[in-house]
Parts: sequence; structure tokens; C-alpha cells
Amino acid sequence: MYNPLTEEIAAKIRAVSDHTFYGYEVNPDYSRDEMPIYGTHMPEMAVQPRSTEEVAAVMKICYENNIPVTPRGAGTGLVGGSVPLYGGVTMDLSKMNRILEYDLENFDVRIEPGVLLSDLVADCMTRGMLYPVDPGEKYACLGGNVSTNAGGMRAVKYGTTREYVKAMTVVLPTGEVTRFGAAVSKTSSGYSLKDLIIGSEGTLGIITELTLKIIPAPKEVISLIIPFTDLGTALATVPKFKTAGLDPQAVEFMEREIVLASEEYIGKEVFPANWNGIEIEAFLLVTFDGSTKEDVNRLTDEAAEIALDSGALDVLIADTSTRIRNAWSARSSFLEAIMDQYELIDECDVVVPVDKIADYMEFVNRTGDDLGFEVRSFGHAGDGNIHIYQCSNSLSKEEFLAKGEIFFDTIYREASRLGGLISGEHGIGHGKTAYLAESVGEINVELMKGIKKVFDPKLILNPGKVVRFDEESL
Amino acid sequence: MNICVCIKQVPDTTQIRIDPETHTLVRAGVPSIVNPYDNYALEAAVRLKEQHGGSVIVLTMGPAQAEQALRDCLAVGADEGYLLTSRRFSGSDTLSTSYILSAAIRRIEELRMETFDLILCGKQAVDGDTAQVGPEIAEHLALPHVTYALGMVEKGGSLRVRREIDGGVAIVETRLPALVTVSKLPVEPRYPDIRSWKKARNAEIHILSEEDLAELDLSLCGLKGSPTRVVSTYVPVREKKGLRLTGDTADETAEKLMELLVRSGRL
Repeated sequence: MYNPLTEEIAAKIRAVSDHTFYGYEVNPDYSRDEMPIYGTHMPEMAVQPRSTEEVAAVMKICYENNIPVTPRGAGTGLVGGSVPLYGGVTMDLSKMNRILEYDLENFDVRIEPGVLLSDLVADCMTRGMLYPVDPGEKYACLGGNVSTNAGGMRAVKYGTTREYVKAMTVVLPTGEVTRFGAAVSKTSSGYSLKDLIIGSEGTLGIITELTLKIIPAPKEVISLIIPFTDLGTALATVPKFKTAGLDPQAVEFMEREIVLASEEYIGKEVFPANWNGIEIEAFLLVTFDGSTKEDVNRLTDEAAEIALDSGALDVLIADTSTRIRNAWSARSSFLEAIMDQYELIDECDVVVPVDKIADYMEFVNRTGDDLGFEVRSFGHAGDGNIHIYQCSNSLSKEEFLAKGEIFFDTIYREASRLGGLISGEHGIGHGKTAYLAESVGEINVELMKGIKKVFDPKLILNPGKVVRFDEESL
Repeated sequence: MNICVCIKQVPDTTQIRIDPETHTLVRAGVPSIVNPYDNYALEAAVRLKEQHGGSVIVLTMGPAQAEQALRDCLAVGADEGYLLTSRRFSGSDTLSTSYILSAAIRRIEELRMETFDLILCGKQAVDGDTAQVGPEIAEHLALPHVTYALGMVEKGGSLRVRREIDGGVAIVETRLPALVTVSKLPVEPRYPDIRSWKKARNAEIHILSEEDLAELDLSLCGLKGSPTRVVSTYVPVREKKGLRLTGDTADETAEKLMELLVRSGRL
């Protein structure tokens, strides 16, 4: 169905863009994201546009010539969302990375989509502001964060990316340019097209500018490291914080093995391995914020009491910036630590109701044991979003994939049975399309396909992702 | 083993920003912390106490808000905190500071009716970076001292110290009492547990001023008693000597580089 990107079409694209790479010039990194288990595919051409107009001009040529286009940011995805399955053009937006303008009276900032999360957060801090969405991967582009509706550690208090997108400029698959949303805080003005784009993984349009909401940075922050003898007790404690009205900024859970691996990876011991001779098997890492020291001290006292009453061994306090940074740097390196340790990995990021996490984790670990590979899990206990890694150094790739299929089938089904969903924040990409269809059902898949066709009648924008069409092929 | 750890409250240098327009340090809103090397000194002290028994006293000189730094230390194993504070002390340079601290150490020994076996300091404070106060206290107290410690073991009245030197480690043994300044240890300082953290919040902090230090010669204290004069401070000019080659194609740029290397006789 798609045309090959001939020298002739390449010349047309070069005529509208000074930032193109064709054939052997294309960086092989464009063939993959951070989860290469789903296969690699090279684009025929890569474009690194610097403006909305440049994106639109390239898109228009591709539309007229039936060339597939895959938008891409920093390439930190985990489900193959930015992998160009059918070749064509990879639209690398990482060079559109300017922070354009702050409006501190309306609490927003206008940026280009290639700005890195870490850069935006640091820049906001110099103005006493916070962009509160805090996914584990700090070197992702904001455009990618919006395209996957990234969540992260602070979602439990501050919500996900969706709540921080006020407006956006979008290049449609036809090459037309439009604007969704507005820099206001309320809307009841027709279908929310902006919200359709958020989480659509670059299948409906290419985001070329964003207006994001920011908030005044909380003055005081404190973290609690809470050790437990078993994961079940740790997870059972989580809902009690919210029930008591403590409103933590983040509640993460982590198991012993992954903490040890991560500490080895970063070369720093932060979490104790045992407590008065008792082996620690699981931790909760909890953060509170507030406007005064008294506020956070009171929250800490109450949370500690709840934790100790629920069977925690102790509660350790990170009340200085160094201690907080050290505690969270171990948490932020889990993915890298797993990648460093295992040759074969696959992952999922299911989300289940918070009160079901303990039972669900027991089910997941048992399923992994039965299938004969290792399972490493960690995640956002506060909102039920769990990152589960299938890991092996001993299986062949074929065995690993075959067992992985059974594993993910089984644990996705259990998640659905408990009222959960198959992805909290990583997305569907092309790695999870079959599972999405099963999870949301035929009616919803048809609605999604209908939406896709309205935006992208020729199915040229990031084909093969989220929902699959029979027509999508070379 | 009775140990006195001298600490300093410093601005959190990891949070200090440079004003993009004036190129000066922005101190406003920057939290105060215990000097990181002092945290290592305290960790070393608490480990010695856990092994041999005894007590760990923390001492700091500074304004009233330095009390919080002492509480931070009480939360991770120190037994008592002493705050040395007086307007007469402000503006002291390292010589004057070490003079006052040494007088305070003697006074605390009198008050507690026991002498210290060991005095520990961080190797330097991250705000001033002089590394002078520790060794100067040792001189005022006529104690032997060892600097840049990475670890220490007590054995029959003497202390064996692993000491950081250029390109290696030296092992030094000293009799006790002695003063040791501590570098970054191979272990991270512990986190406070909830009980000690809560206790530290309400603990009594002992306050000392010149009135408590009878033998102190006030003409040697504070700005007036300090021989050091700061003439000026400036940010060192950073010279960039790199060369950027550009061209329309990679080949063209490579040719330029080649030509340059040949012309300069490097190839």
C-alpha cells in the first residue's frame, strides 16, 4: 500500500527541509527504541525539522506520495512506538527543543516538543515553579510524554501528563496545521480534540508546540524509606495513607533484588539490606510535600505511625536534599539496572485498583515461577501502576518470546479480571496491539479505528501502532 | 570512647544557582545543610561509639539557626549538641574560629567532667574549602592530628587511620587523644530512623557564648581578631581554546581538519 521513498521523493523533501538524512546517512538508532525485543526497522529517510512549517511541508509531500511517517522524540519508549515498521520517514522532533515563553501569571509555559523533561524541570525550578509530572525516564522529550500520557512517581498526587496540557499545535497527516485546546483552565467547547491527541502515540497528528501547566514548587519535601519483611505487608499499607487523608506526592514499592541490583549499578548503598538482623524483602518509598517544615513533619509523624502499625520494621527519614536525591536516584535507575543485568527482557506496565496490588503481585510472581524465568517488579504503588519485567539470561530468544506470550496473556487477563488496564503510561506501540484489542473489546477497537481514519484517511502516520488495519502493509 | 565532632552549617551547594544576568550566586531560598564531610565525620564517630561504647558530642559555631544542623546530627547517632553563638564571634576567620572552638572543647570537657579521646572534623567545609580549621584546633589543643581520613580503627589506646594521599592510601597510627579530619568515606552516612528523628526535634541544645568561656581572649575573636582580610572575590575567567570547523559536507570539514593538522606539523 505504501510507496517506496525514491530518490525523486527524497529530492522533494530536501527542497522543503535542510535537515534530512537519506539511505546510508540514516542513524541506525532510528530503527529501535529502548525495548528492541519487538524487532528493529530502519526508516528510509530521517528528518530533523526545526519548525512547524518544516514538519507540515514534509508531511504534505508524504501524504501526496503515500509515504509512512513515524514521529519520534528521544526514543526512550518501551513498546516500539517510535519504530518505523514500514520504513518511510522518521520525523525526529528532538531538535525542536526550545522553551519558548513562560506566563507566570497564568501558570503556563510554551515549549517545543523536543524539550527534554529534565531540562524543563530544571528551568522551571529556577523560577520557583514545578512541572509536576515525574516519569522515571528524565531524558524523554515532552512531546513523547504527551503522546503516551506519561504518569510517573507523582501521579498519585498531581495526576498524569493529560492534566498539564493546556494547548498544542498539531500537524495533521494531510500536512494541515491546527491548534487544539487553549491556554485557559476550563473548556466545554465541543469534543476535546486535544485530549484525543494526548496518549495517541503519534498516530493522529504530530505535536509541534505545547502549552503546559506548571505550579508553584512546594517549599518543603520529605521522603520516607519504609522497610518490610514481605511485599504483601508493604503493599497492604499503601491505601492506608490515602484513607488517612495524608495525600502523598509519591508512593513507590520495590523488592529487595531490584534495590540491590540498582545500588550496584549506581555504586551507592542507600537502602539497608537488613534491620536488626532481619532480612528486608520490600520497601515503600513515600514522599510528602507542603509549604512549611511543620506541615511535612506532621505528615511524616502520621505516616510513620500508620506504617509501623501495619507491620513496617522501621521508618527512615530523608529530610535533606542529598538524602532525598540518593534515595530517589536508586529508584530512578531500576530500568537501567535490569537492562545491565539481563540479556533478554520484556516488560509491561499494567494498572490495577490500588487495593488489589498485593494479590496481583503474588499472582504475577507465581506465574513467572511456573514458566521458569525471573520477574522483577517495581512501581507506583500509590496509583496501582506496576512495572513488571520478564528477565532471562538462560533462555533462547525463541523460548523467551514464547513463554513471554503466555506470561503476558495470563497476567493481562488477571489484571482485566481485577478491573485494571494493560498500560498505565508506557502505551501500546506495536508491541501490545493484540493485547489492547483483547482488553478493550471489539466495540472500542472499532471506535478507535474510526477516530484514526478521520485524522489519517491514508493511514500513513505511525502505521501499525495502537490499532492495526489490514491495509497497513508495504 | 568519647568523641567530639565539630560541624558547620553550610548552604546546600548543589542548590546554589548562578544568576544568568549578574553572574553572581543566588543564595536566597537555598536551604542550609550540615557540611557533607562533617556528616562523614559523624558517621565515623557513631560507628566507633557502636563498637567501643562512649558518647558522641557535636559542636558547631554559628548563628541561632545552626541549631537545626545539630538536630540533624542528633537524629543520626550524636548524643548531645552544643551551639557556640555570639555576636562577638561573627566574622571570625579560620584562625579565630579554631581558637574559639578549641576553648569550647575544653569547656565542654569541664562541664561533662570527662575528656575527649578523639576530635573529628570534616576535611573541609564546602562553602569555604580551606581545610584549615581542623588542623588549627589540634594546634590550639596541642593534639596530634591526621587529615583526610578514609577510615579508622581504635586499638589499645591508639588509632590507626587510613589516609587519602595522591594516588594511594597511607596508613598512619597516632596515640589518643588526637584530632582527625575525615574525607568522603566508602560508606554513605546513615538515614535517621523515625524514633531518633522525632527525639532530635525536641532535644535540648546546649548554648555556649563568650560568657561561658572564661579564658577566652576576645581580642582574638570575630572579625577584629582575624588576621585574614578578603581583598576581593571574583569568578575565574574560563578560557575556551577550542576550534570549531564547519563545512557544507562532512568531507569538506574533514579536509579542513586535515589541512590544519598538516600545517601545524602535528601530522
